[in-house]
Amino acid sequence: MSGIPHDHYEPKSGAEKWLHKRLPVVGLIYDTIMIPTPKNLNWWWIWGIVLAFCLALMIATGVVMVMHYTPHVDHAFASVEHIMRDVNGGHMIRYIHMNGASLFFFAVYIHMFRGLYYGSYKAPREITWIIGMLIFLLMMGTGFMGYVLPWGQMSFWGATVITGLFGAIPFIGEPIQTWLLGGPAVDNYTLNRFFSLHYLLPFVIAALVIVHIWAFHTTGNNNPTGVEVRRGSKEEAAKDTLPFWPYFVVKDLVGLAIVLVFFFAVVGFMPNYFGHPDNYIEANPLVTPAHIVPEWYFLPFYAILRAFTSEVWLVQFLSWITGGIVDAKFVGVLAMFGAIAVMAIVPWLDTSRVRSGRFRPQFKWWFLILVIDFIFLMWLGAMPAEEPYATLSLIGATYWFGYFLVILPILGVIEKPTTPPATIEEDFNNHYGKPAE
Amino acid sequence: MLKKLSIAAIAALSLSAGAASAAGGAGHVHDVDFSFEGPFGKFDQNQLQRGLQVYTEVCAACHGMRYVPLRTLADEGGPHLPEDQVRAYAEQNFEVFDAELDDFRPARPTDHFPEGGDPNAPDLSLMAKARAGFHGPAGTGMNQLFKGMGGPEYIVSILTGYTGEEKEEAGTTFYENTAFPGGWIAMAPPLYGEDVEFADGHSNELHHEAEDVSAFLMWAAEPKMMARKQAGFVGVLMMVVLASLLFLTNKKLWAPVKGKKFTG
Amino acid sequence: MSHAEDHEGTRRDFLYYATAGAGAVTAGAAVWPLVDQMNPSADVRALASIRVDVSGVEPGTQLTVKWLGKPVFIRHRTGAEIQEAAAQDAEFEAGVSVIDPFARNVNLGDEAAPASDANRTMPSPEGEAPQAWIVQMGVCTHLGCVPLGDAGEFGGWFCPCHGSHYDLSGRIRKGPAPENLPVPPAEWVDNSTIKLG
Repeated sequence: MSGIPHDHYEPKSGAEKWLHKRLPVVGLIYDTIMIPTPKNLNWWWIWGIVLAFCLALMIATGVVMVMHYTPHVDHAFASVEHIMRDVNGGHMIRYIHMNGASLFFFAVYIHMFRGLYYGSYKAPREITWIIGMLIFLLMMGTGFMGYVLPWGQMSFWGATVITGLFGAIPFIGEPIQTWLLGGPAVDNYTLNRFFSLHYLLPFVIAALVIVHIWAFHTTGNNNPTGVEVRRGSKEEAAKDTLPFWPYFVVKDLVGLAIVLVFFFAVVGFMPNYFGHPDNYIEANPLVTPAHIVPEWYFLPFYAILRAFTSEVWLVQFLSWITGGIVDAKFVGVLAMFGAIAVMAIVPWLDTSRVRSGRFRPQFKWWFLILVIDFIFLMWLGAMPAEEPYATLSLIGATYWFGYFLVILPILGVIEKPTTPPATIEEDFNNHYGKPAE
Repeated sequence: MLKKLSIAAIAALSLSAGAASAAGGAGHVHDVDFSFEGPFGKFDQNQLQRGLQVYTEVCAACHGMRYVPLRTLADEGGPHLPEDQVRAYAEQNFEVFDAELDDFRPARPTDHFPEGGDPNAPDLSLMAKARAGFHGPAGTGMNQLFKGMGGPEYIVSILTGYTGEEKEEAGTTFYENTAFPGGWIAMAPPLYGEDVEFADGHSNELHHEAEDVSAFLMWAAEPKMMARKQAGFVGVLMMVVLASLLFLTNKKLWAPVKGKKFTG
Repeated sequence: MSHAEDHEGTRRDFLYYATAGAGAVTAGAAVWPLVDQMNPSADVRALASIRVDVSGVEPGTQLTVKWLGKPVFIRHRTGAEIQEAAAQDAEFEAGVSVIDPFARNVNLGDEAAPASDANRTMPSPEGEAPQAWIVQMGVCTHLGCVPLGDAGEFGGWFCPCHGSHYDLSGRIRKGPAPENLPVPPAEWVDNSTIKLG
């Protein structure tokens, strides 16, 4: 393995040597958890562990609930009630799974914005970033399909609306939608395939998480200064880093435990706060709820989807130039997926030679606006589709695209960054002072 | 700066969560101080039993509760009736269809409450969780943080919100109700006050009856509420202990690495 | 100096152990619900005890009900059957075709009780007709098939799978089955209702 030079596992006893010769698994684990980690990482770096925990939590509680859940339109809702009422501890397991999804997305958004601020996506970490974006996409798919399984009103109508997005694609949209659903409308066949995929995808995510970790263990972690670890020699690298175990494991666990204090407070005292009351009504294909809203974590992208109505000149222009093939619905879908796509290609949009936002005086402000924009869009996504929310959504969506497609490329050229410290050691010592000899 | 952002992010979470049900046209729902509210709130066993009586004598005429097993009436944390009373209650009040007998028979504790007789009357098993009484401000749902979701309050407000006005549309009579979204509801006023006689001599004024049956329906929708709050409390407590110990361990661990400026 | 260092070291060790211990307890507490959820749920547990209405079971007929997922035979004997069973009992006492000498009746609370007809039967609800009812699991003790009623060389039950013959008291008399048909927990709760479990 390439990467930062450090001590590797050396089998000592006969048994260790015997195993190591045949399967170097101990060495793999040792090298993974003893990876030299920049010692100046701040608390924004704990969310990776929170996310790994979330994935394990969701798989554990999910596998357990499958033992009691029935994926059939006639029984799904009742079997969830069975979990809530009869299964030992079932109500807690389900509420943890439900709110675990919220924690998962909360953590992933912080994790992503941390990467965006400190330039974690920049060379040589593009692969780590892209894999991360793939994980995010799969999380959205998994979350969406999981929400369908309780077969409440929001499950059903959410599934109808979201699969309808694919129907917006010209020519091939309808066949794709039918293929996704398995029939003309959301029904038992849809529920069954969503159940299958909802069980499968987390394991795909787990595999991608391993690749994600492999990638950044190869390049080394980014850090708040964006300055690379010195790799001239083991001794030099050791001045910039500390082994992941125990230093960062314990630190990350502190963060995780604090997060879990809040998580258990939500699960114990207001487990339905992030849910929608309509999902406690069994799905009814003949009655649409008054107000369909996705889960909170989809709202920013949902707002972007709805921002592009037929009144927007860009939509009218695209429609005119394509002879009506591209309509408002399709532009909305493109915009929604585009909002994620521009994030994925950000390594090639950001032209700044300085990595960390800490040393980019103007960037800081644009980034702050981006975060506010994201939260603003989240709020707009929950509002009814009417004025002034439509116009505000358009403004929010415009900034989102503008940030990635215009501001980042230009800013890198015109901005004059301040000087980062020469080494991580210097940054660390500036902050904490030199360690006592 | 990022510290400020984290606060903003948390605010955003709470912002968008309740915003879900922020659509306009909602009726007026007033807050009721139920015994089961708050982190340590408990169901009032006597109130649940009175609520069960109101449900049985009034609501059950049209509505059902198909997800609620009758045996749970004996559960601790619920109405907590003695088992033979539950058996007698099931037998005397409900008949269920038995597929093995291919016939109706008196209900047993292992059966669920039957479905309602009126196809237009929604099932009440989850009604108290399927409605949110509180929204806002500005579509943010922050109110729910302080008042709760407002499901039982919504039921109380509906039951006490009739103005007495009626109108007929397309052959259906609608009754004006200040709590119902849109203002006109198809359900005739089910309670007028003094509809049932409580064995414990508790007041049977309209708003008391309404509160009792709402509390009962909250229990029906969330029978494990007390167990859940307890588990949540234990979880929070354990995590506080663990977080504190980990924090101290972390400080100790890093102390030799960090220099003089580090004073903690 | 060295004393102070020792003291410091102990305190640090204690903190580490306390943290690791708290972590282990938390992990254990998190694992238990995942294990416990596989135990029978409340609806299944509620069916551990059922009440069977036997008012329609005339003398000479048998009711088969499902209890804990398995068939239970509830037989109301005629006077002639009771007499025949008594004759079989005497034969059994004499040691003719005895395979399993024990009653296998949990209601007796005595595992060593002999397999007499009286030990395997129930009186009528009022008690005026002893040995008028026999309640037993309808599962052959050989390999779990359901025996047929009114059949076999002893006029009791016969298992068609591998040819086990049970007599009128449900005792195994011939064939590969090793034990008498077990008697489940059963009692009269009123004149027409037997409670199983």
